[in-house]
Amino acid sequence: MPGKLKVKIVAGRHLPVMDRASDLTDAFVEVKFGNTTFKTDVYLKSLNPQWNSEWFKFEVDDEDLQDEPLQITVLDHDTYSANDAIGKVYIDIDPLLYSEAATVISGWFPIYDTIHGIRGEINVVVKVDLFNDLNRFRQSSCGVKFFCTTSIPKCYRAVIIHGFVEELVVNEDPEYQWIDRIRTPRASNEARQRLISLMSGELQRKIGLKVLEMRGNAVVGYLQCFDLEGESGLVVRAIGTACTLDKLSSPAAFLPACNSPSKEMKEIPFNEDPNPNTHSSGPSTPLKNQTYSFSPSKSYSRQSSSSDTDLSLTPKTGMGSGSAGKEGGPFKALLRQQTQSALEQREFPFFTLTAFPPGFLVHVGGVVSARSVKLLDRIHNPDEPETRDAWWAEIRQEIKSHAKALGCHAVVGYSESTSICEEVCILSASGTAAVLNPRFLQDGTVEGCLEQRLEENLSTRCGFCHIPYDELNMPFPAHLTYCYNCRKQKVPDVLFTTIDLPTDATVIGKGCLIQARLCRLKKKAQAEANATAISNLLPFMEYEVHTQLMNKLKLKGMNALFGLRIQITVGENMLMGLASATGVYLAALPTPGGIQIAGKTPNDGSYEQHISHMQKKINDTIAKNKELYEINPPEISEEIIGSPIPEPRQRSRLLRSQSESSDEVTELDLSHGKKDAFVLEIDDTDAMEDVHSLLTDVPPPSGFYSCNTEIMPGINNWTSEIQMFTSVRVIRLSSLNLTNQALNKNFNDLCENLLKSLYFKLRSMIPCCLCHVNFTVSLPEDELIQVTVTAVAITFDKNQALQTTKTPVEKSLQRASTDNEELLQFPLELCSDSLHSHPFPPVKEHLESASSNSGIPAAQRAVTVEKASPVGDGNFRNRSAPPCANSTVGVVKMTPLSFIPGAKITKYLGIINMFFIRETTSLREEGGVSGFLHAFIAEVFAMVRAHVAALGGNAVVSYIMKQCVFMENPNKNQAQCLINVSGDAVVFVRESDLEVVSSQQPTTNCQSSCTEGEVTT
Amino acid sequence: MTSELDIFVGNTTLIDEDVYRLWLDGYSVTDAVALRVRSGILEQTGATAAVLQSDTMDHYRTFHMLERLLHAPPKLLHQLIFQIPPSRQALLIERYYAFDEAFVREVLGKKLSKGTKKDLDDISTKTGITLKSCRRQFDNFKRVFKVVEEMRGSLVDNIQQHFLLSDRLARDYAAIVFFANNRFETGKKKLQYLSFGDFAFCAELMIQNWTLGAVDSQMDDMDMDLDKEFLQDLKELKVLVADKDLLDLHKSLVCTALRGKLGVFSEMEANFKNLSRGLVNVAAKLTHNKDVRDLFVDLVEKFVEPCRSDHWPLSDVRFFLNQYSASVHSLDGFRLECGGTIWAHCNLHLPGSSNSPASAFQVAGTTSVHHHAQQFFLYFQ
Repeated sequence: MPGKLKVKIVAGRHLPVMDRASDLTDAFVEVKFGNTTFKTDVYLKSLNPQWNSEWFKFEVDDEDLQDEPLQITVLDHDTYSANDAIGKVYIDIDPLLYSEAATVISGWFPIYDTIHGIRGEINVVVKVDLFNDLNRFRQSSCGVKFFCTTSIPKCYRAVIIHGFVEELVVNEDPEYQWIDRIRTPRASNEARQRLISLMSGELQRKIGLKVLEMRGNAVVGYLQCFDLEGESGLVVRAIGTACTLDKLSSPAAFLPACNSPSKEMKEIPFNEDPNPNTHSSGPSTPLKNQTYSFSPSKSYSRQSSSSDTDLSLTPKTGMGSGSAGKEGGPFKALLRQQTQSALEQREFPFFTLTAFPPGFLVHVGGVVSARSVKLLDRIHNPDEPETRDAWWAEIRQEIKSHAKALGCHAVVGYSESTSICEEVCILSASGTAAVLNPRFLQDGTVEGCLEQRLEENLSTRCGFCHIPYDELNMPFPAHLTYCYNCRKQKVPDVLFTTIDLPTDATVIGKGCLIQARLCRLKKKAQAEANATAISNLLPFMEYEVHTQLMNKLKLKGMNALFGLRIQITVGENMLMGLASATGVYLAALPTPGGIQIAGKTPNDGSYEQHISHMQKKINDTIAKNKELYEINPPEISEEIIGSPIPEPRQRSRLLRSQSESSDEVTELDLSHGKKDAFVLEIDDTDAMEDVHSLLTDVPPPSGFYSCNTEIMPGINNWTSEIQMFTSVRVIRLSSLNLTNQALNKNFNDLCENLLKSLYFKLRSMIPCCLCHVNFTVSLPEDELIQVTVTAVAITFDKNQALQTTKTPVEKSLQRASTDNEELLQFPLELCSDSLHSHPFPPVKEHLESASSNSGIPAAQRAVTVEKASPVGDGNFRNRSAPPCANSTVGVVKMTPLSFIPGAKITKYLGIINMFFIRETTSLREEGGVSGFLHAFIAEVFAMVRAHVAALGGNAVVSYIMKQCVFMENPNKNQAQCLINVSGDAVVFVRESDLEVVSSQQPTTNCQSSCTEGEVTT
Repeated sequence: MTSELDIFVGNTTLIDEDVYRLWLDGYSVTDAVALRVRSGILEQTGATAAVLQSDTMDHYRTFHMLERLLHAPPKLLHQLIFQIPPSRQALLIERYYAFDEAFVREVLGKKLSKGTKKDLDDISTKTGITLKSCRRQFDNFKRVFKVVEEMRGSLVDNIQQHFLLSDRLARDYAAIVFFANNRFETGKKKLQYLSFGDFAFCAELMIQNWTLGAVDSQMDDMDMDLDKEFLQDLKELKVLVADKDLLDLHKSLVCTALRGKLGVFSEMEANFKNLSRGLVNVAAKLTHNKDVRDLFVDLVEKFVEPCRSDHWPLSDVRFFLNQYSASVHSLDGFRLECGGTIWAHCNLHLPGSSNSPASAFQVAGTTSVHHHAQQFFLYFQ
């Protein structure tokens, strides 16, 4: 009986009129958790009832605490007939289960009904008393923190990054149960909402267990999705990266709630290096970032047989011997060996992170992706997760082998997705093959001193571009040159990745959003034939998407893509491909060649003229783009670089494969094997269209930039104004003789117009940048294309625009100043505070020793710590509270980014993961499909904000709308929509406030480790 | 390719002031787009007409959703669905409740009933304001009226509290509500020269001095209704014109005081009895609802028009009315006899040297002896 949940219903307001006669409502509330239900008194005749109930107490297992949502139902009392439901509130109490997050949930929640939307609000207070559990439970995993953020959260420090965790649960979809025929749509929707909530809770708990097994304490980059498979079930699956995180500023509040004795038992002192500073004695060459040392490989072969759990028992890397040699080849082999050993113990060396601690990422190989077409009606045992588990395992295995082929042992920026149409399902996974620094992957190896880290910062700025594979034994033909930065290592001519641009990378000019859009018609078919048709189309689509991306990248005069996300959507009669990425010019990579057009029929004079005209247009566009994005790389004479390596050229780092139910794996060589300039052959109208479409992409209006990564490369001076938005468009295609070209044009126009609309809408924010632009395509019906975009517009200061060619150190400090600062300050914290019951004592020792070296003036500490002081909060409260004296609504910011410009995140309050269904049978009355969906999305935002505010937060970071399934039936005047959103609730403090406070109150920091940070007054 | 669905939802609700104005003015989306195109926005931003259309539709949808909340502005502050900065909230409310002078002049003093609402078509044609906008304004008047009708305390405060309007707008609404409640006739041709501002000014003074709330703040009624007792007392003013001696005495007092100060002294002297009779009769009749409604018509007929025909300057009218009411107090018999007195005087005056016709409307009132005699001078242009 490890937990007591206490709930108090305070009041309601703005309730709907339920009694037409009196224009009032006799409301009461049912509070349900698990199988226990409490009721408040009926508050007669009021639209603003004041229940002020007693504390309802639920004594529950912590397993239930994790799985179950708290369900609050507001009803209208009716003496003679059944009580009418007004609406419900589901509260996920998970954030209350870890000690350093929220301590209380208290605030106004919108009362939500799946048919009527939001109907008034209810004020609720929720608390949890967790008892110390002495028996080792292994069914619950309270205390493991979850983050949607795909980087190490801002006020934490990664001690160890353990690796990939995944889980999948399946249930029957209530919408497809027999009972659905006799129950109301409301009951059906609520059953679904509740089920998904339960399943997410279960999933999170199971993943938490895995994390505890790996001896981590957090999941970062947690991505949960659900697949509506229809008849065959409802799948909720999640992936994430298990980590051991250290809280930076408030050490007292660090421990997970369920810190187990068994864990402590495992903390056997590591076989530590007696001399942590030896690394400096080795000749650390400036061109090598790998200044750490490694031990002979045989110690690893021994270790690789051991399981995950006793990882810490085996002696780790013996530090201090040897150093990186100048020879790339043997060194790489050794490095690989070491990393390999660290990763091979893991089934899948995948990381869902897209941004990493400095020094973590050593080399990047390229994008790896795998797709598989499956038939859902072939699942033997639909209610069990085995079949799906096997599917995903198969795909992950493929990804792993692709990564290996690229000479990499890890995949970063990893993500998975599905597209379902009737009984056909495309499973996709993609990521970036990479070589990682093993230091972060193992226990007890954090002795990398701070100085070293900084030094590495300097040397890694081009390191990640260097090829991880052996140049003599390349997995595919590639065009290699010496790195333009260090001139010592080989780099490819183009780099595609799914991760964010590393903070220390040197970029010339600004970046821009690059999209490839593609449609392919397919015949309507059934089952096996359909799956085969799709499988056959997939490689062509990937090839074309890739070609388009490459052309557009060249046209922009850039040489690398970050944040690449290729989405293939399947519909009844077509396939859609949409790839988005942010193009940049990496200083380390060679200047991209131009695009040349070649005609097939050179004898025709006018045709020739036409070709040359096109060529001129293309050249002009490239020149214009270079100017627009300020790409002016320094001229380098060929002699310095040395002659290019005479090898077949290669444009692609993309390895892909797809497989149908039969495990056949095809590999596609996407290289074009052409000369320096990219040649486009115009041999038919299709190709002509392609060239035209290349040129029709309109650049954003002046003052606007856009990218799909966290931050815009080349812009650093963000101001604090942000505007997150979601835009949805659905177009109906005219069904008359659709061709691929017409389809492509429609789709292209749809996306371009959508972007244009966004630029127009946000024109008041100029100069600004649309960041994290996330396009999602779905095909809800035969002739409908739905595009959903979520992004954030951030203003920046044009006048203070910093030189884009400044040194990388400065630059990295600019963006990641918070991290660095905190990294530097952390050791001092530990020194001064007697850290009680730290789960990883060896880590602490290392840090202490490190801190003695760092020699940072103690005064600096105040800057990070005072954010927890009550004064800071007070200030913040003043600021965020609207001047309207009687308003009770605090401002909650939402952003898909992991940070808030001009502000510092002081506390993570827990994950927000919400699922809503809205249905209407009066579509016309609600303003048609647009009115319906507009209202629903606004309501979803409102509910997210209300939950965050109730947790005491004032922002949601890493917000993502993972699903927006919209179905309509205008003839029946009906529509239904499902939305799934998630993010991290946080408390942030404006940097300007911090400065004021720190000057006033430098001393009162340490004792106040826990603050409420309430927005509401 | 047709767009089935096209929406944009921001975490902070985007409000475009120009589109809001077009929406309030009752333009359809098509008209609004046309107007926006004409404003040259396409050239400024490089957008296309389709983008503009989509943007306008989107804003209209947002406004449509907000309208429900704007009907009860405090709800807008407390609602959670739209995150709008407070300054924007204030702007939304203020603009929503703003009205057209031309429109309000048409409905001022009319009963805010369904019948009047049916006539909005005519008003729309007459004023050139779209029917939609007329309806919104009319519904606003009606809504405010309904909410504050039965409320105690200061009318302006009540309106401000329940509709979160600015002080100025709340005062205007108080006047509209007051006029609607007392059904003062303002539509007659004779009154056309008076602006809404003129009436609002009168309303404010009447609320302050003639209503129950003005008599005694402890009284549990509000500012809307005229104080019946006070109107009853006004009857006793009749003695001023009925008693020949008193009338003469009053006249001589006024004339003595104003001799030499008035440009139109001779006309005043000649007309004194008529003017006095007119004023007192208007005041004395106010016990009848019908006559209350005609208050302004009567004042113009009985007082303003004679003055105007004699070309009284504005300042002279003021002097006269001041003196007229002040002198009453020195009438011994009157003071003893009457529990209270009121002077309601109107005066219109025509231009001085400049061409702009200036009108002065003066109401002087003395309330019961329990209260200090008060005088008010109001000027409107």
